[in-house]
Amino acid sequence: MKDHLDAERHTRGQTRYVDDDPPPSNMLHGVVVPSPVAHGRLIAVDTSRAKASPGVVAVLLAEHIPGENQIGPVIQDEPLLAEEELHFQGQPVALVLASTPEQARAAQGLVTLDFEELEPIVDPKVAFERGSLIAEPQRLSRGNVDEAWADCDEVVEGSCEIGGQEHVYLETQRARAYAEEGGVLRVCSSTQSPYAAQKAISKVLGRPFHEIEVDVRRLGGGFGGKEDQATAWACLAALGTQHTGRAVQLVLRRDEDMRWTGKRHPYRCEYRIGIRKDGKILAFDVRHYQNSGAATDLSLAVLGRTVFHSTASYGIPNVRIFAVCCRTHLPPMTAFRGFGGPQGMFVMESALTDAAEAVGLSRERVQEINLLAEGDRFPYGQVAEACHARRCWQQAMERFDVPRRRSEIDAWNRRNPRHKKGLAMMPVCFGISFTATFMNQASSLVHVYTDGSVSVSTGGVEMGQGLNTNIATVVSRALGIARSRLRVESTNTRRIANMSASAASATTLLNGNAALRAATSIRDRLLAEEAKRLEVDPDRLTLEDEIVHLDGRPTAKDWQSLVRDAYLARVSLSDHGFYATPKLYFDAEKGEGHPFAYHVYGTAVIEVSVDALLGTYDIEAVRIVHDLGRSLNPLVDLGQVEGGLAQGLGWMTLEDMRFDDQGRMLSGALATYKVPDVFFMPRDLEVEFLEGVPTEHGPFGSKAVGEPPLMYGIGAHFALRDALLAARPDGDWRYESPVTPEKALAFLCRPPSTEASPQLVPVEDATAQP
Amino acid sequence: MTNHRDLGTQSAIAPTQSGTRFLLNGRLVTALEPSGTLVLDFLRRRPDLVGTKEGCKEGDCGACVVLVGELHSDEGVRYRPVTSCLMPVDELHGKHLVTIEGLDLGQPSPVQEKIVEHGASQCGFCTPGIVVSLTSMALEAASGPASPGGNGAGSLYKTPGASRSMAQVERALSGHLCRCTGYRSLRQAGLEVLEALPSGLGDDPQSMDLWVKRGWLPAFFSTAAGRLASLRAELETASEADTDPAGETSRILAGGTDLYVQRGDQLPGTGLRVLGREPALRSLRLVGDRLEIGAQVTFEQLAESAEFRRLVPDVARFLHGIASLQVRHRATVAGNLINASPIGDVTVLMLALGAELRCRRFSDGADRERLLPLHKLYRGYKDLDLAPGEWVSHVLIDVSATESATVDFQKVSKRKCLDIATVNSACRIRVREGRIEALDLAVGGVAPIPLYLGQVSEAAVGRELDDACLHGILRATQETISPIDDVRGSADYKRALCRRLQIAHFLELFPDLFEPSSWLAPMAPGGNP
Repeated sequence: MKDHLDAERHTRGQTRYVDDDPPPSNMLHGVVVPSPVAHGRLIAVDTSRAKASPGVVAVLLAEHIPGENQIGPVIQDEPLLAEEELHFQGQPVALVLASTPEQARAAQGLVTLDFEELEPIVDPKVAFERGSLIAEPQRLSRGNVDEAWADCDEVVEGSCEIGGQEHVYLETQRARAYAEEGGVLRVCSSTQSPYAAQKAISKVLGRPFHEIEVDVRRLGGGFGGKEDQATAWACLAALGTQHTGRAVQLVLRRDEDMRWTGKRHPYRCEYRIGIRKDGKILAFDVRHYQNSGAATDLSLAVLGRTVFHSTASYGIPNVRIFAVCCRTHLPPMTAFRGFGGPQGMFVMESALTDAAEAVGLSRERVQEINLLAEGDRFPYGQVAEACHARRCWQQAMERFDVPRRRSEIDAWNRRNPRHKKGLAMMPVCFGISFTATFMNQASSLVHVYTDGSVSVSTGGVEMGQGLNTNIATVVSRALGIARSRLRVESTNTRRIANMSASAASATTLLNGNAALRAATSIRDRLLAEEAKRLEVDPDRLTLEDEIVHLDGRPTAKDWQSLVRDAYLARVSLSDHGFYATPKLYFDAEKGEGHPFAYHVYGTAVIEVSVDALLGTYDIEAVRIVHDLGRSLNPLVDLGQVEGGLAQGLGWMTLEDMRFDDQGRMLSGALATYKVPDVFFMPRDLEVEFLEGVPTEHGPFGSKAVGEPPLMYGIGAHFALRDALLAARPDGDWRYESPVTPEKALAFLCRPPSTEASPQLVPVEDATAQP
Repeated sequence: MTNHRDLGTQSAIAPTQSGTRFLLNGRLVTALEPSGTLVLDFLRRRPDLVGTKEGCKEGDCGACVVLVGELHSDEGVRYRPVTSCLMPVDELHGKHLVTIEGLDLGQPSPVQEKIVEHGASQCGFCTPGIVVSLTSMALEAASGPASPGGNGAGSLYKTPGASRSMAQVERALSGHLCRCTGYRSLRQAGLEVLEALPSGLGDDPQSMDLWVKRGWLPAFFSTAAGRLASLRAELETASEADTDPAGETSRILAGGTDLYVQRGDQLPGTGLRVLGREPALRSLRLVGDRLEIGAQVTFEQLAESAEFRRLVPDVARFLHGIASLQVRHRATVAGNLINASPIGDVTVLMLALGAELRCRRFSDGADRERLLPLHKLYRGYKDLDLAPGEWVSHVLIDVSATESATVDFQKVSKRKCLDIATVNSACRIRVREGRIEALDLAVGGVAPIPLYLGQVSEAAVGRELDDACLHGILRATQETISPIDDVRGSADYKRALCRRLQIAHFLELFPDLFEPSSWLAPMAPGGNP
């Protein structure tokens, strides 16, 4: 049984999401009244007409919040309902509660807001110049950049503009709150972070944590978009229930979800890079201006990961990184698969491309020369250990015959004036662990029942990534029993307290290890009891295929009788497991430490074709060598690699998140914001796992897989650049993502840059700050 | 797509005040929902039918896809996948609605097995809709190659490099967004479904008994045809005649795939009139030298029609880029024209085909009609030359003018398939001995209305088809259009695209006459090459 634990029920339409459970008879439906403007001063809210509307039970405002009107997870700068200032378009102002969703919607338009519109900031550089920052800039350096410029043969500078990305989890944000005995609240939420929801609800309602139960069965996709941003909707449902004593459900419509909730952060970045003629990059100086939106959300942590991934897969001796969260009037930007890493890596790849061009070497050559090697030090001081960057690269080069593909593409391009092809290599190196060290902890609760069936709870949330499948695999292997005996329970704050969000690719690492520990303890107790009975050393006993083995040979004792005997002997059949990733630390003052348990490596080869007449393109093939460690479930892992890639390709090409200069979302529907479909994704998609590279950290040698593959998508930008430059060798390329067909055609039509491209900086002038 | 005008029409089987009667999986039901209520909402309100998911409610994601079966006298029941978020319950009258619950066999079907086996379901939210579409694909594939009016394969377009099976699978998955998988596993599952199709269907591909016996479908499929036939008889007796069609101020719905997106919340209960399903409105017929396309003919029917394919052999390729299969089963040609979007793809194609409209109006106790050239319908942005109460019953195409010409359609959108065009362009051209004998050009997305380039086309007639002639067409077009900046692109971009799409017509239709490299140069500011 290798398949996804939920898959059969999914295909039969039998899995239930928050709003699929039969509703309690008197349940109310909540609809939010949002701020219509990106920036304004709220003067008054008139709810009288809405309250008089049929079916409406209540219209709640900030003043109805009994506790603190505050849901910011890190910095307290995010009110649940707007009070005086309107910070972004879509910010919740009021909650309408009515008997049916239609009645609530009808009343939504009857709430009138009196406000004074103020000028919004939408551009992070403008925010930076005006001092609109979320926190002090983050800085990290290694070596001495200023001195290194002199050793470089060429120094180049440039800039990038990186677009955001909408999550488009197929299930929009939703929550349902139930009132239980004694006013205790039970909240079913589509959240990646039940504990974050519990904390925020508790604060908003002024109740202790233990009176708030948050339960998550599964998510219809999260991708980071429900790590922090599910909290507001859970809080609003809970507020409605506390206020009315009735169950309240709140389900965002797709357009609401797209317009109101945060996305992947757009960035503007500037860089200066120095390279020797032989292709060795000596120095890299980069400034990241993150468009954080209107509230902190997780932006500081996202920025931290940008800093850590600023040198991508390369070993660069002299690095200086400046990064800052700029507060604007867009919805608060949030976690999205990759969590700031992709933006950092995009800039590095852009700079490297310029540097290669400056010394007349191919991009691939310079990539290869500078790839991380065992023992290299990252800018944050950690040493690259078990570093497979070069191995993945070599394997991709050989297995996918890159040199031959390159010459075939060159030949094609010589023959075809209108249709051009391009290729790019994209190495990925991604650090595994929450960058906030304290979050790297997890617990589990395992019960073995006397019939031999097993219940497993962890703090991890199933959102399609296959966590439950992995947990079941880990526990069934540890106990030596069939997976069918296990049930992986919903994620519930009553069974597991204080869990970290399911994020950072680390959910299986953390929760799998916690489950492994609980299961192992139970198994050891069971075998110890059996050893006593057999009068042998417990070390000689193992459990395999549901049979106790002595010295590797089966005994007559099966799982069920083992469990029954242990119960009668009063041995505990339950255990709580706890895991905290060892060795992690990071000293932010010194900019030095060991923030990641390990790194995941891989290399993708991406081929594209473009129509030089129309500016349209196809991604023709993606071939990947990926380092998974020893996979727990190859089918699950393959799904993660392919799905991550699809999102990365989408982010780089057609996913065009657009706001106007008033901070209004222009791409707030699936009709205007396109994500990859079956025709977009290449048929030619090949993933090869690196063999024989287990890690000591993950359960059974497995490695994290959720986020790293997304960054293979970055290669699409450079493959498109390659193809478009074949059509227009004198073209003026700009490192702007996404490369929509409009941008591609603009490149084809734009007059050649009047300045040399890339922009060379005289080496003697390079010591000045960019 | 919609027909905004007030009208009434005789309905063979119209929902009566006693509700909408249809087969819901294995049960005969009567829905008393207000007129215009979406099938998706109808399902989601019933706790035993929540397997159908709402992903976007605008036909863009496919999470809500269901099967709708209709009785066809010659072939039993034909099932089509449709997005339930864009279909009013009224339209189910006399039909068979099958949801994911209705496909359940108590154990996984071969379609479900393949999805599980390939890990093609992750978060699961898109999965029920995909199971429905792949099941529909299996039914359709087993019925063999397209026959006139046949089982759908007529619209099959094989993108370069695709096997027939791959094209079938991609067509089935076309309207589905999956944010988890990257589609490779879904493609693989689909291919293996095709390999596993039950054998022995023989001459009777629609034999539901065999599908049931082989464990693909539940037993109620065997009796559906008989039950629908009895239902039809029952409803025909009960049907109320529409005696006062012009009196109401109701909106006419012919498909509704855009109207529901624009105004989904407001429609239910507003006296919406779902256009009747009388045979004349549902069929394409050759009458003399004209092809008559009834107001209810869907995009997919257009692609399947042998008559239309004879006129426009590449229609399947054009439609491939226009809408998903599930939407093509709902969107109508007439609705697209009446919706008057400046960027309507089928509209631009129909303009180049010189389509005419048969407009009908019930006045002074009589049904009056007139013919209106399509390009005269558009007076300004969404402003139509139709009198109150007047409606379009047919779209007419001149057969000989099209037969003797070649037709091309081009569009560019952010995503290649199933996205609204930034600019689209269509061309019908007849060339003899190097000279243009007839030309009809149309473009969309560059003016408040879909634009028929009458003067530009006329000026080129009689000229030798060469570089100078094409330059003249491009220049004249640029002088005619007036694009604006919006989320689909800047005005400059649309201008450049319009020019390049027109070039593309000629490069593709006349590869011997035009050298691509001389047409790739950027356009200078001001619109001239």
